[in-house]
Amino acid sequence: MPMKKVMKGNEAAAWAAKLAKPKVIAAFPITPSTLVPEKISEFVANGELDAEFIKVESEHSAISACVGAAAAGVRTFTATASQGLALMHEILFIAAGMRLPIVMAIGNRALSAPINIWNDWQDTISERDTGWIQFYAENNQEALDLILIAFKVAEDERVLLPAMTGFDAFILTHTVEPVEIPDQELVDEFLGEYKPKHAYLDPKRPITQGTLGFPAHYMEARYTVWEAMENAREVIKEAFEEFEKKFGRKYQMVEEYKTDDAEVIMITMGSLAGTLKEFVDKKREEGVKVGAAKITVYRPFPIEEIRALAKKAKVLAILEKDVSFGSGGAVFADVARSLINEKEKPIILDFIIGLGGRDVTFEQLEEALSIAEKAMKEGVEEDVYWIGLRKEIL
Amino acid sequence: MAVRKPPITTREYRAPGHAACAGCGCAIIMRLATKAFSEAMEEKYGDPNAFAIAHATGCMEVVSAVFPYTAWKAPWVHVAFENAAAVASGIEAAWKKLGYKGKILAFAGDGGTADIGLQALSGMLERRHNVVYIMYDNEAYMNTGIQRSSSTPYGAWTTTSPPGKYSIGEDKPKKWVALIAAAHMIPYVATASIADPYDLYRKVKKAALVDGPAFLQIHGPCVPGWRIPPEKTVEVAKLAIETGVWPLFEIENGDIRNIKFQRFPKDGKFKKPIEEYLKLQGRFKHLFKRPEAIQELKEQIKAMWRVLGKEVELP
Ligand SMILES: Cc1ncc(C[n+]2csc(CCOP(=O)(O)OP(=O)(O)O)c2C)c(N)n1
Ligand code: SF4
Repeated sequence: MPMKKVMKGNEAAAWAAKLAKPKVIAAFPITPSTLVPEKISEFVANGELDAEFIKVESEHSAISACVGAAAAGVRTFTATASQGLALMHEILFIAAGMRLPIVMAIGNRALSAPINIWNDWQDTISERDTGWIQFYAENNQEALDLILIAFKVAEDERVLLPAMTGFDAFILTHTVEPVEIPDQELVDEFLGEYKPKHAYLDPKRPITQGTLGFPAHYMEARYTVWEAMENAREVIKEAFEEFEKKFGRKYQMVEEYKTDDAEVIMITMGSLAGTLKEFVDKKREEGVKVGAAKITVYRPFPIEEIRALAKKAKVLAILEKDVSFGSGGAVFADVARSLINEKEKPIILDFIIGLGGRDVTFEQLEEALSIAEKAMKEGVEEDVYWIGLRKEIL
Repeated sequence: MAVRKPPITTREYRAPGHAACAGCGCAIIMRLATKAFSEAMEEKYGDPNAFAIAHATGCMEVVSAVFPYTAWKAPWVHVAFENAAAVASGIEAAWKKLGYKGKILAFAGDGGTADIGLQALSGMLERRHNVVYIMYDNEAYMNTGIQRSSSTPYGAWTTTSPPGKYSIGEDKPKKWVALIAAAHMIPYVATASIADPYDLYRKVKKAALVDGPAFLQIHGPCVPGWRIPPEKTVEVAKLAIETGVWPLFEIENGDIRNIKFQRFPKDGKFKKPIEEYLKLQGRFKHLFKRPEAIQELKEQIKAMWRVLGKEVELP
C-alpha cells in the first residue's frame, strides 16, 4: 500500500532516490538541497538503502564520481543546486556525451553575485544546453514522482541521457506537504533493474570510453545526443502514461489549466504554476478569459505542445525566473522559436519575475496580465518586462 | 629444463599503434605500470585482468584513445583533465556494489595531478578508495604544447616560463606531490622512474597489492618538451637519479621517518654533477649562461633531500 507522509521537498527527493535503489550516490551539501544527501546518509546508515555513498570533497567530484560509477555500469544519483551545479558544468556535457543515465535532484536556487540562497531557475536554466533532460516540479509530490520518471526515461535504451529534476528552493525544498510514497514493488516494476548496454568497465569485456573525437566523428557523436533528446519526447510520454497507470498521478509535457477559451495564457514552470492556477481561478471568477500552462519538461522542449497551446490564445505570457543577459528569458526564447514558422501566432510576452526568492504576488501577476491585455489591443511595448522590480532602490 | 618466469610479465595492456612521440618516457610508464598491475591482480585475485583504468586528459590519453581506435586492452575511461581521482572513486564504489574483485588504476599527468587535479586527488586519498593513482611526471603540460606546471623544475624553459632578459625560465621550485600524498597517511606512496624499470615495476605491484589508496609519482621524460633526441629518454632519466635530481623513495602509512630510499649513495655524495643531467636537455640550455641559476637549482635539490631527511652533497 502506498504510504502518505508529510515531508519537505528535499525528503521527497531523498525518498525517490531510495525507491530507485541507485548503487552509487555521490553528493556534496549546498543550501537548499543539503537535506537530500543528509537523508540519504540516514537511509544508508540504517540499511534502508543498499548503496555506496561517496562523501566527495566538491560538486565537481560528485558528478565526476557519478560519471565513473555510471561508466562502470550502475544506477547513479546525486543532488545539488546553484553554485554546486555551476561547478559541475563541465562534467554535465561529458555525462551527456558519454550517454550516461545519471539522475540528479536540484533545489533550484539563484546564482551569485550577490550570493543568494533563495529560489529562481537560473541554475538549471544555465545548464539547458548540456544534453541533460530537465523536469520541473510544482510540488513535493511531483519532485518525488519526477525523479522516478527521470530514472525511467534516462535509462531507456532509446534515450540514455542524464536527467535532472528541479524543485524550487525553500518554496518546495523546505516546505512540508503530504506526499504519497509509492510502493517499493511497484517502483521496482516501473524502473526495473538497470542493465547497461554500452557503459561498463568489465574486465571480461574491456571497452574504451570517453575517447578523443576528431572532426571526422565529433559531429556525429553530438548528433546522437540530439537524436536521443528527440527520442526522449516519446519516451517521456510513455513513461508518464505508465506512471499514471501504476501510481494514478497524471503528468504531461505541458499541463494546461483553463486554457480552452482563454485569450491570454500565462505560461510558467515549477511551483509558480500553483500560484498561477489560483490566480487564474480568481480572474475567472471576475470573468477574465485567462488560462495557465505549466511546462513540466523543459528539455526536450515541448515544441508540439506549445504549438497546440498557441492555437488557443491571442497572447502567451511567459513568466520566468531566469535571465539570459543581453537577450531575455530563456523560456521565452524557446516558446518563440517553437512558433516562429507558424502561419498564425499569438503575441508572446516575456516576463522576468521572482528572481532570487522574491515573492511572486497576485499583484505582480495582475500587472503581467494587464500588460498582456493591453498588448492584445495596442501591441507590444517592450521586449522584456521585469515584474516586481523595485525601481526606487536602483 | 626449468623455464624461469620473466621478471616482467609478457602480458600487454597497451596495444602497439598508439600515437605517442617516438621515445616518449610516459608511454613506457603506461606499459610497465599496467603490466605490473596485472601481475599484482593475478597474485591477489587470481585474475590478471581484474582492473579498470581512469585516465585524465593529457598526452597519454589523447595518444591512446582516438575514436574509433583504442590502444587499451583493459577497461578504460577518460572523463576530463582534473578529475581522474574522482572518476576512479566512482568506479571503485560501483565495483564494490557489482561485487567485482579488483582494483582501479588512475593515470594523470603532472598538470592533472599537481595543479588542477590536486583537490580531487586529495579527496580520493582521504576517503581511502582502493585506487592506485599514478602521476606520470613529464614536468610540464605537454598536451597543450609545453606550458609550465607546478611540477616543472626550477630554471626549465617552457612556453609559459621562457627565459629572457628578466627571466631565468621557471622561477619556482618543483612541487613534490608524493609528499602531499604522504600527508594523507595512506598505505603507500612512492616515486619511480622509467630509468629503473624493475624498481618501477616492483613499486606499482606493491601499490596494487595494498588495501586502500596508493600514490606514485613517476618520472617520464618528454622528447619535445625536454628538447631531447628520442633515443636519449632513458639516459636522461637515469642521469636524473644519478645526479640527485630525482629521488627514489617509498613511504608507508605516511611515516616519513621510515622513508625507504633506492639508489641513494651511501655517503650522501652524488658523484655526477647535475650539469650532466641539464646539458642533455634543450630546456636547460640557457642555464649554462647563468651559473647562479644552476647553483640555485642545486640548493633547491639539497633542500628537497633535507625534507626527505638526508643531507646530500652535489658536486
Ligand atoms: C578544465 C581544463 N583546462 C584546460 C584543459 C586543457 N588541457 C588539456 S591537457 C592539458 C595539460 C595536460 O598536462 P599534464 O597533466 O601535465 O599531462 P601531459 O599532457 O603532460 O601528459 C591542458 C592544459 C582542459 N582539457 N581542461
Ligand atoms: S609530447 Fe611528450 S609526453 Fe606527449 S607523447 Fe610526445 S613525448 Fe610523450
